[in-house]
Amino acid sequence: MATPAPRLKVATTSLAGCFGCHMSFLDIDERLFELLEHIEFDRSPLTDIKTCGACDIGIVEGGVCNAENVHVLREFRSQCRILVAIGACAITGGLPAQRNHLDLADCLREVYQTDPGTPGGRIPNDPELPLPLDKVHPIHEVVRVDYFIPGCPPSADTIWKFFTDVLAGRTPTYPHGLIHYD
Amino acid sequence: MSFEMETAPHPEQLRRVAIEPVSRVEGHGKVTLLLDDHNRVQQARLHISEFRGFERFIQGRPYWEVPVLVQRLCGICPVSHHLCAAKAMDQVVGVHRLTPTAERLRRLMHYGQILQSHALHFFHLSSPDLLFGFDSEVARRNIVGVAAAHPDIARQGVLLRKFGQEVIRVTAGKRVHGTSAVPGGVNKALAVAERDGLLKDIYDIIKWSREAVALTRRLFEQDPDTYARFGRFDAGALALVRADGAMDLYHGGLRARDVAGEPIFDHVAPDTYDDYIHEQVKPWSYMKFPYIRSLGPDDGWYRVGPLARMALCDFIPTPFAERERKAFLAFDDGRAAGSTLGYHWARLIEMLHAAEVIKDLLQDEQTLGTELMAEGARQGRGVGIIEAPRGTLIHHYEVNEEDLVVRANLIVSTTHNNNAMNQSIREVARQYFDGRELSEGLLNHIEVAIRAFDPCLSCATHALGRMPLEVTLVDAGGHTVDRALRDPGEAC
Ligand code: SF4
Repeated sequence: MATPAPRLKVATTSLAGCFGCHMSFLDIDERLFELLEHIEFDRSPLTDIKTCGACDIGIVEGGVCNAENVHVLREFRSQCRILVAIGACAITGGLPAQRNHLDLADCLREVYQTDPGTPGGRIPNDPELPLPLDKVHPIHEVVRVDYFIPGCPPSADTIWKFFTDVLAGRTPTYPHGLIHYD
Repeated sequence: MSFEMETAPHPEQLRRVAIEPVSRVEGHGKVTLLLDDHNRVQQARLHISEFRGFERFIQGRPYWEVPVLVQRLCGICPVSHHLCAAKAMDQVVGVHRLTPTAERLRRLMHYGQILQSHALHFFHLSSPDLLFGFDSEVARRNIVGVAAAHPDIARQGVLLRKFGQEVIRVTAGKRVHGTSAVPGGVNKALAVAERDGLLKDIYDIIKWSREAVALTRRLFEQDPDTYARFGRFDAGALALVRADGAMDLYHGGLRARDVAGEPIFDHVAPDTYDDYIHEQVKPWSYMKFPYIRSLGPDDGWYRVGPLARMALCDFIPTPFAERERKAFLAFDDGRAAGSTLGYHWARLIEMLHAAEVIKDLLQDEQTLGTELMAEGARQGRGVGIIEAPRGTLIHHYEVNEEDLVVRANLIVSTTHNNNAMNQSIREVARQYFDGRELSEGLLNHIEVAIRAFDPCLSCATHALGRMPLEVTLVDAGGHTVDRALRDPGEAC
């Protein structure tokens, strides 16, 4: 009997994203069980591993909106052989980057201080809260990215195609129907 | 004002332990504990550590964009935001009653969402703690471990979620971030073939949902002391109920009871919510702390979600789920109904209810109709309230004469549960930690309590925060890309 090939280690994380890309990943449905014969998860919202170990593939959802995101993204880049930006938020900043044309200070005051539903509110400032950046950035502005999977979110079939190509040793390519940007 | 163990008097003398990130939940949060020299917990806090800016940046957008825009708050429950915004915008376009078909299609989408989200939460995220033990091996404590040890349970979980996602796909157009709910109705009818595809599987779905409820009931029966005591505290409750008091997750009036179970208000119309609920801000979390105005912030906090809905409704209008609700309330003199882990049992009863409602809707010929839109006279204000999987969700918008949003206020389910979650981690710390050396397994007890709420920390990060220090972001080539400011005042 041939010894099975070692499983690829995969880490995933969500930075400034909505988890929709992770949901679309789970939308491969029963194919998940087939995939688990070939991969194992490292740090991911699905496991309790809290820091990323050496991995073959790192999948990043969401753009960079605060200091903690920068830290996690650099950890992923240094630990993962292949780094993948999944979804509009990671690739362009996505919807959270809509705040880039606003003045942060005004937003803060409006949400926490002048909102009529929060009488006497103050702006949160505890050192435990990570520092927000004044703009939301796509991840390629901070680290080198090897692959991009577009969509909001990309469909489960697109994500499946990515994995089957990589597992077969091919460069991932997506036929027309699997690439869309909504 | 703060609660016992919320704020230690001399934090600088204490040792800090952090759980970061909280895992197997959706979104970004961390827990910090401050311990004294005798390993006694003096302070325990769940921090919501991310901020976005939805309430602010949808201002200036045309109102019809909002239902597709705001769902990007959350990829696990996008349908809840999609529908809640659509309900608010129905009022803005003056539609107070949808066509019968539109109402059914939106309900179908919503109950599909309840089913998939509850399945995901239980099977993919929480079941490892319950099946293997709170301090079992880290490497095994995930869905992959469940698939290896209990392949049938894992497979049913995946297929239950898949079914819910398919209900969403055929009604919303897409599994994640669909587009069909529009102000005044829906833009997609259900095809006969789509309906038949779902009907074929619904009996398996109901059967597996019943088995899942039985599984949680067995967990309680086998170890009632742990299950009914873990992180237990008494609290008030808030939920929507139908006019006749039945559970209704899509529409109704607000009902609240206090910690002793006495009514505070009932059948409150959604558009007057702000007369009843206010929010408090605390400096250590970007998530606000809502409370019932008449009781104030110290006594007016409450729970929302499956546990609150189970306790507040007079009955569940589908037979299997109603029978399970009665068994749940009767268990051990009602002790399951107030326990943090009771959330899991209550959640799966709702999953069963959702499956039964989906069956009824699929068998209703009006669901296949083609009258999809209603019209009315334009108004300036709209409030939508819906029972999302995790609890009451409120969207409130003001729209000007140019059709642009000028004000938005969102109170998401997880925000309503903010104080309750903090209360439960303080309680777990009190019950399990005092004086003991903190191991990974013990720390996981805290996360077990948080997971019971199924918090959507992603939804809860819609507000903006402040940067108390300064950081510089340098790109791979060493160039400064961005700088975080020291004080929001400087940004003006
Ligand atoms: S790309 Fe879309 S689905 Fe993915 S995280 Fe961003 S908003 Fe969510």
